[in-house]
Amino acid sequence: MRSTATWGWTMSEAHPELGFWRKYVFSTDHKTIGIQYGISALIFLLFGFCLMMMMRWQLAYPGEAIPLIGALLPDRLVDQGAMLPDFYNQLGAMHGTIMVFMGIVPLAVGAFGNYVVPLQIGAPDMAFPRLNMMSYQAFVIGGVIMLSSFFLPGGAASSGWTSYAPLADIATTGQTFWLVGMIFLIASSLLGALNFIVTIVHLRAEGMTFFRLPFFVWSQLVTAFLLLLAFPALQAAAIFQLMDRLAGTSFFLPSGLVVGGEAVAAVGGGSPLLWQHLFWFLAHPEVYVLILPGMGIIAEVIANNTRKPLWGYRTMVYSLIFLGFMSFCVWAHHMFLTGMGTTMSTFFQITTMIISIPSVIILSCLVISLWGGSIRFTVPMLFALAFLPMFGIGGLTGLPLGLAVPDVYLHDSYYVIGHFHYVVAPGTIFAMFAGIYHWYPKATGRAMNVGLGKLHFWLSFAFMNGIFMPMMFEGMAGVSRRLFDPTVYNTGLGAHGLTLMSSWSAWGLALSQIPFLINFFWSMRKQERAEENPWQATTLEWSTPTPPPHGNFTSPPVVERGPYEYSVPGAPSDFSPQSVKQGV
Amino acid sequence: MTDPYYGWWLPPNVSAFGAGVDDLLAIIHWFMLALFVGWSIFIVYCLVRFRARSGHAAVYEPIKAAFSKWLEVGVAVAEGVVLVALAMPAWAAIKNITAETPENPVIIRVVAEQYKWLFHYPGRDGEFGKTGAEFFSDDNPAGLDPDDDAGIDDITVRGLHIPVDRPVITRLNSKDVIHSFKIPVMRVTQDVIPGMEIALWFQANDTGKFQVGCAQLCGLGHYEMKADLVIESPEDFQGWLDEEHGYLGLDDE
Repeated sequence: MRSTATWGWTMSEAHPELGFWRKYVFSTDHKTIGIQYGISALIFLLFGFCLMMMMRWQLAYPGEAIPLIGALLPDRLVDQGAMLPDFYNQLGAMHGTIMVFMGIVPLAVGAFGNYVVPLQIGAPDMAFPRLNMMSYQAFVIGGVIMLSSFFLPGGAASSGWTSYAPLADIATTGQTFWLVGMIFLIASSLLGALNFIVTIVHLRAEGMTFFRLPFFVWSQLVTAFLLLLAFPALQAAAIFQLMDRLAGTSFFLPSGLVVGGEAVAAVGGGSPLLWQHLFWFLAHPEVYVLILPGMGIIAEVIANNTRKPLWGYRTMVYSLIFLGFMSFCVWAHHMFLTGMGTTMSTFFQITTMIISIPSVIILSCLVISLWGGSIRFTVPMLFALAFLPMFGIGGLTGLPLGLAVPDVYLHDSYYVIGHFHYVVAPGTIFAMFAGIYHWYPKATGRAMNVGLGKLHFWLSFAFMNGIFMPMMFEGMAGVSRRLFDPTVYNTGLGAHGLTLMSSWSAWGLALSQIPFLINFFWSMRKQERAEENPWQATTLEWSTPTPPPHGNFTSPPVVERGPYEYSVPGAPSDFSPQSVKQGV
Repeated sequence: MTDPYYGWWLPPNVSAFGAGVDDLLAIIHWFMLALFVGWSIFIVYCLVRFRARSGHAAVYEPIKAAFSKWLEVGVAVAEGVVLVALAMPAWAAIKNITAETPENPVIIRVVAEQYKWLFHYPGRDGEFGKTGAEFFSDDNPAGLDPDDDAGIDDITVRGLHIPVDRPVITRLNSKDVIHSFKIPVMRVTQDVIPGMEIALWFQANDTGKFQVGCAQLCGLGHYEMKADLVIESPEDFQGWLDEEHGYLGLDDE
């Protein structure tokens, strides 16, 4: 361990200042790559959100011309400005894909992981800087392929982000682009995951034992293992589906299909359920990839702003590892309705109940950490505090969906949409905002404006609930998801008031992001300079110069203590940084 | 049932087994609400009591909180209770029901295709005619084998008619992609998967006119893939069957 750290140091001397292209575009510096990931992911998130706002218009006012942009869209997508069903399906599939694979994962892992992990473990860079650059480039290529599919004559993929076969097998060329795009995105994640694991295991500074790692680093380590072990299943499935579409195989096509009155020319003998198994074998761990880095950020922010150590740090770490392991044993709870037997569904119900226990423990530890603190209501802390009940709602509403009987009624309804959005939108996205407000001063050297930050928080908090709470009731009322026009059904007609509430809240949420955007760009130039450690935090990233130079640390850090030594009795201040020697 | 409620909560229940599902949904949601309110009170209390202010400092030592351990154990036990005591028997009941052949059932083949439902009744002989993918045509949407005598009196319609208070077994088939057979008022949903025939059974306890929908994205017309569900008294159901037989020109036999 010691030798690797020293080896790391000799590298930092070989970190000269570079020219524009090497510094900002083809950079191998983990901080630049982190920021590249962050900016790209934020743009994708905004784009994915814009797609959804168009869908919300169609849901609220079916068949009416989309204001402002309706007239600009080509005739294959709209009829006199009003959305066509096929365009709605494209938007739905691409919204999910963009948000999950091009928004949240790159932001949570690519941006925060890349920027913060090497700093927090006291490393000069990631273990494989060129691999890191390649991972970002693969991500960009995948993203460009995905987005370019909107310009195809048949439009983008329209079979849902889940791309269930055989629908996706027989879909237009957009689906091929989707699959090729996914192959690049998955490759990007795999390269990143390898890099994170090696970096965290090998490049920790002297004295940084595993149980002195900040919880955020732990969350990234477990996430990296999930990506590494789960994504190959989808990579294989994507290649199978690509073969079905292009090479005449029938991995997912059963015999005797008749589509639109025409027999499908396929060998047959495949199984549509094989795709679902492979897809959910990835996509359930993927859910934890979406949430764990968020939990890591929340843990950092809560420890810092309660000015005391996290309650039950070790318990949280063990729960995290157990959670990661269990996330591979629950995938078929997405498939209760596919006609599986009682034994199978019993097994997956039980594993689903078991996996909720470590999640409850981590959340409990975070909540109990508030007890006995001296709580500062900074902007990152507001987002972190809101995360707790919002993630709570997301977790709790998973309960009826994890049990087969209520799931039979609620499956594929708006209840499901409400459930996972509570986990990912006011859950993970709030954690991402907490992280941005928390680390922005370190990355840019400037503080963010507090007033705008609080305005952003309160508006987002209100509108997030305004969007997703009505969906729970819509689901209970029996409204199915993925309907171009739910008012076709009497259940959708009865619940239309709820749809309107969601839609208007979504547009409100869009307006609420204006203070954030202003704050983000304006603060970069105009706000006062941030100190090296403005939050008076203990972890290593705050002991570097601000912003950290290429190579990160001015001298090799030596870690003396655990990550959250706040308010230590007898210490000179209420925080004891990890690398500062104190006579204790 | 006159003027059924469709609004912001559960739609009417006309299933003989739906009350159990509704009760389970209610119990779980009360349990969730209790947990959520409990935690929220704790969080708000902490935020007020431990807010940063002059003269207040954080405590380094972790609380030795016995209550939180008990809370976790409590949550785990409660989940266990919900799982074992409620969900398992309900699920087992539904599955056993599917496994057993209920007495005197109406058996209906359901054929899903983009973007419509077809309901196939065996007719007076009680036997379905043979079907095959090669026989599908506009005039023969069920794909009945014209050489099979059992198929002559088979009824194929676009609306689902069932009698009240009598078990109905549906055998779900798909011609093309995955669909999902959803009847909210019957509290059932079942994926319909090409290449597989999946049986689902239910029993109505009230008459009325409702809707069957598709709950799995199946293409651009997915949203309008619906059918009428007509639940009738046994006499009216028989009358409807006779009328349909009349259309087949089989009344004289």
